[in-house]
Amino acid sequence: MNGDFRTGKGGRVDRARAISFVFDGKTYRGCAGDSLASALLANGVLLLGRSFKYHRPRGLVCHGSEEPNALVGVHAGPGRFTPNLRATQVELYEGLIAASQNNWPSREVDVGQVAGALSAFLPAGFYYKTFMHPKGAWERLYEPLIRRAAGLGRAPTEADPDRYAIQYAHCDLAVVGAGPAGLAAALSAARAGKRVMVFDEQAELGGSLLAETTARIAGKSALDWLADALAELAAAPSVTLLPRCQAFGYYAQNFLGALERLTDHMANPDPKLARERLWQVRARQVVLATGAHERALVFPDNDRPGIMLAESARHYLARYGVKIGARLVVATAHDSAYRAAIELAQAGCEIVALADLRAAPGEGWLERARAAGIRVETETAIVGSRGRLRVTQALIARCWADGSAGAPQALACDAILMSGGWTPNVNLFSQSRGKLAYDESLQAFLPGASAQAERSAGACRGLGELAQALDDGAGPGAPARYVVEDAPPMSGGYLGLIPNQEPPERAKAFVDFQTDVAARDILLATREGMRSIEHIKRYTTTGMATDQGKLSNMNALAIAAKAMGKTLPEVGLTSFRPPYTPVSFAAFAGLSRGDLFDPIRKTPLHDWFARKGAKFEEAGLWKRASYFAQAGEDLSAAVRRECLTTRASAGIMDASTLGKIEVAGPDAGAFLDRIYVNSIAKLGVGRCRYGLMLNEAGFIADDGVVMRLAPDRFHISTTSTGAARVLALMEDYIQTEWSDLKVWFASITEQFATIAINGPKAREILAPLVADIDMSAGAFAHMSLRQGHICGVPTRLARVSFTGELGFEVNIPADYGPGVLDAIWLQAQQHSACLYGLDSLHVLRAEKGYIVVGQETDGTVTPDDIGLGKMVAANKPDFIGKRSLDMEDLRRAGRKQLVGLLPLDPGFAPDEGAQIISEASPPASAPALGHVTSSYRSATLGRSFAMALVANGRARLGETLYATTMQGAAPVKLVEPMFYDKEGARLDA
Amino acid sequence: MTRKALALTLETIQRLGAFDGCALPRGEQIAVDACPFATRLMLRGAPDVAAAIAPAFGVGAPLAPLQSAIAGERAALWMGPDEWLLLAPIEEGDLAARLASALSALPHALVDISHRQAGIEISGAGAAPLLNAGVNLDLSNAAFAPGVVVRTLFLNAEITLWRRGADRWRLETGRSFAPYLAAALMRSAQDWRLC
Repeated sequence: MNGDFRTGKGGRVDRARAISFVFDGKTYRGCAGDSLASALLANGVLLLGRSFKYHRPRGLVCHGSEEPNALVGVHAGPGRFTPNLRATQVELYEGLIAASQNNWPSREVDVGQVAGALSAFLPAGFYYKTFMHPKGAWERLYEPLIRRAAGLGRAPTEADPDRYAIQYAHCDLAVVGAGPAGLAAALSAARAGKRVMVFDEQAELGGSLLAETTARIAGKSALDWLADALAELAAAPSVTLLPRCQAFGYYAQNFLGALERLTDHMANPDPKLARERLWQVRARQVVLATGAHERALVFPDNDRPGIMLAESARHYLARYGVKIGARLVVATAHDSAYRAAIELAQAGCEIVALADLRAAPGEGWLERARAAGIRVETETAIVGSRGRLRVTQALIARCWADGSAGAPQALACDAILMSGGWTPNVNLFSQSRGKLAYDESLQAFLPGASAQAERSAGACRGLGELAQALDDGAGPGAPARYVVEDAPPMSGGYLGLIPNQEPPERAKAFVDFQTDVAARDILLATREGMRSIEHIKRYTTTGMATDQGKLSNMNALAIAAKAMGKTLPEVGLTSFRPPYTPVSFAAFAGLSRGDLFDPIRKTPLHDWFARKGAKFEEAGLWKRASYFAQAGEDLSAAVRRECLTTRASAGIMDASTLGKIEVAGPDAGAFLDRIYVNSIAKLGVGRCRYGLMLNEAGFIADDGVVMRLAPDRFHISTTSTGAARVLALMEDYIQTEWSDLKVWFASITEQFATIAINGPKAREILAPLVADIDMSAGAFAHMSLRQGHICGVPTRLARVSFTGELGFEVNIPADYGPGVLDAIWLQAQQHSACLYGLDSLHVLRAEKGYIVVGQETDGTVTPDDIGLGKMVAANKPDFIGKRSLDMEDLRRAGRKQLVGLLPLDPGFAPDEGAQIISEASPPASAPALGHVTSSYRSATLGRSFAMALVANGRARLGETLYATTMQGAAPVKLVEPMFYDKEGARLDA
Repeated sequence: MTRKALALTLETIQRLGAFDGCALPRGEQIAVDACPFATRLMLRGAPDVAAAIAPAFGVGAPLAPLQSAIAGERAALWMGPDEWLLLAPIEEGDLAARLASALSALPHALVDISHRQAGIEISGAGAAPLLNAGVNLDLSNAAFAPGVVVRTLFLNAEITLWRRGADRWRLETGRSFAPYLAAALMRSAQDWRLC
């Protein structure tokens, strides 16, 4: 059927602006202002996809975001594929390409429909029954099959090239829903000068007013009133109007999440613009004006394409000028379907019959319908439908108050409109943790006591009449009531399975269209012992699809309650959870993707070293230089050259990432005495000391060099990744434990660029650049600090070494780093010095037996374990971890101790982490003696070497043990963990 | 070995600011500019140090949370109950020494952090919405009046945010976060069509 179902005039589409689009490979034309749903309807396309479980043909049911069936995928270029969009919310643009889902090879001929024929084997809870046997078949057979068949839509495989934004906002009043109640609330607040934000999921603000054809508000047509209201709000500087913005989550302390669609409606969006913006809004007050959802009627075969909610059919006519069909049967239990029938009849549709379940409609509706030439059959139910890919016949039957129905009568038609009444949309209210209260007269759950600074207004709390909604939105403080004319009241409603003659266990009377749950599934669940609505939901999957049962929950509840002989409030409603409609993952990530995933921290010298060919690695958020490969060099060749050059002449590295903290105040020394295991208070001004920090458990937590700048001032260094942790720990102790100490801290990591110069030529390189510091070995001993100037720049110059060579650390204010480094490098080149990175540093320090916290230690290592037991100043009254060092386990014999390893094969370097075992082929249950912590090939030593933590290691020096490898165990000899310049002559040079 | 320093002085060593080389948004409703180099001192101590700096600094440091005090080109920003950030023009190189002598009788810590962080000034009608792309605080006049200063986050970067005027903000961040912040501001400004 491909006729044109567009009316000649009316609606809010621009018939002069034709738009061509593609659906399932076929090109159609729509109008500017169309949704994909309305444009397809205008082309007579009713079949929009296949259902999830049984692959039944399905078409549009709704016109809003609650649409369960018409899910489509939209292709907008490479990487720009979005599955599971509701066709009702996809705005038409030139060249739009959309495709239906869940069918193969096409939506007309779908192989999966076989599943429908096998439906007897797919009852509620079939996962738990059918696939139990034989044992083991689940993993091998059933799960892979189900996984292939399950799921809606296809996940895109390419990276998403679009950009996404996040925006924080605060307001006095957040209004969710820009229908009559929401707009009235916004107008009241705007006139009071409040900061108002209005969120609405649709492209146009107005909600039900956009389809209002008869009512007059304050003497104006509804559309004129709407235009004036929007103009007033748009002109108010304190009001933010957000169409295309779905408030999807209501969180604690009046915090709303809302997703704004920025470019999806554009044919050629500026690629610089974000596709979506995630609003995170804190509101002083929230008005929920989220309206109501019309309910489907639950009757056998109620899911054929062409069966639609009555009010939705009216919306397609009033807003888009689209008729769903030519010959309509209307089935209802609510007056609003009368209005739909009348307006569609006036537009030229033939209303074959209007079947009303009730004995009589509300006042005046019978007369209005008859005046429009409509045949009304009261006490008449719709009991079935016929047709293949769209409906061709409606079956109606007389029904009686006892719930029985007569023989069905077939009426030829091309569409069926249904209305089971209205369900207030309490989704966000429920998310806000407000309690729902059941209203017997409305047969609906309404918002009860608020849990947050919030009120519901209008149809979402059962006040669906236009005048009620406006006044309720305006609030009790509004100066005047709204005068509304020509909006006759409407009432009615029906919950549960419609009386019919089909055996309930056979009929496919669908409750939840998206997960293919029929009334019989819910009845089965109650027969099998499910009593809680939460169990029924999970057993049958009703309400568990992406629409969260917006259409179906009340019918499911009514069917379950009736089967159990309980009332609706006794059974209760399931919880609503965010998001109200699906939100893309990328929107939650916002800017935090790719190069902005997290800050990339670079030192002030980074670019300088990068220009010299540095390869970088990550240390926390920092980038650190690993090595400097020259032409033809690989990593190991570069490291070999860097190590040899540093030991022969000098090497320069960027040490700026080392954590640095200035500790100042009269009690600074006393404080640091409690932080480190060794004695700091007695350290002389201008002297440095290696310090070891423990945690409360007595294990090594961090290390660094402590430098005394003045009696009341220290400059301490930490590991690169430990800086923030150590600073926070110090603040914690001073604020909570030792608040009597007068000492304060400042992070100075970023204040300084730190250039480390190590090697026998280090002094010769630096001395010409330093004006006011005596650089001679006698005046400037190892482990001391001088303050002066280098290249005219103030410096904290420390003589310290992490390589075992004569070493200096030049700390200069960060902005001057590159300039000073230029000058140092000029000098260094005269001495054939090199640049070196972390890889070489690791070899150099390990040759000297210096540990790296986090490599030689793993949170279970004490000072004594690594051979630094003598550093511990046991005579100090206290320091962090002191008490724990006396625990039996930390003092027992046989603990793992740091040793050096020399592999018997000098060309073999064991893997770091390799186990140390006592024999080459130990019995299966023999425990490992320890593990390798560091392992390198040393150009200086001309062989490989390693360090390891080995049980009772110091007593085993000289023994040969084995290191595991993938090819078997390799013999290693245990030696002292010091391989180079054991006397320290080079350090003191 | 020569003992004579090469003839290098502060003037010959180029100073490279943290925001140098970073593109910053600029448009009709927004201007983002790197602040000139400044003297930044972190002052910490008991509340009595706040008033004690007044003779040397021109104004005492504020004791009220989140407030700032201004004296000419100098400003003292409240960072915490025992911490203030003192800002002054770079020319006042001896400020630290003068403050130290003013504070000599009181236990305190005064630490030079001039290079630790860098500042940008954001001005224009688009400033507040742009900042709210990464700052989750209420930036309205009622909640965040001119003069208020807070430590907060812009996305994943720690910042100090100081409102200088109706449409004028100063933002300070650790120098290694400057490129991240500049790029995030640039993209957010594009998202709002501010540049």
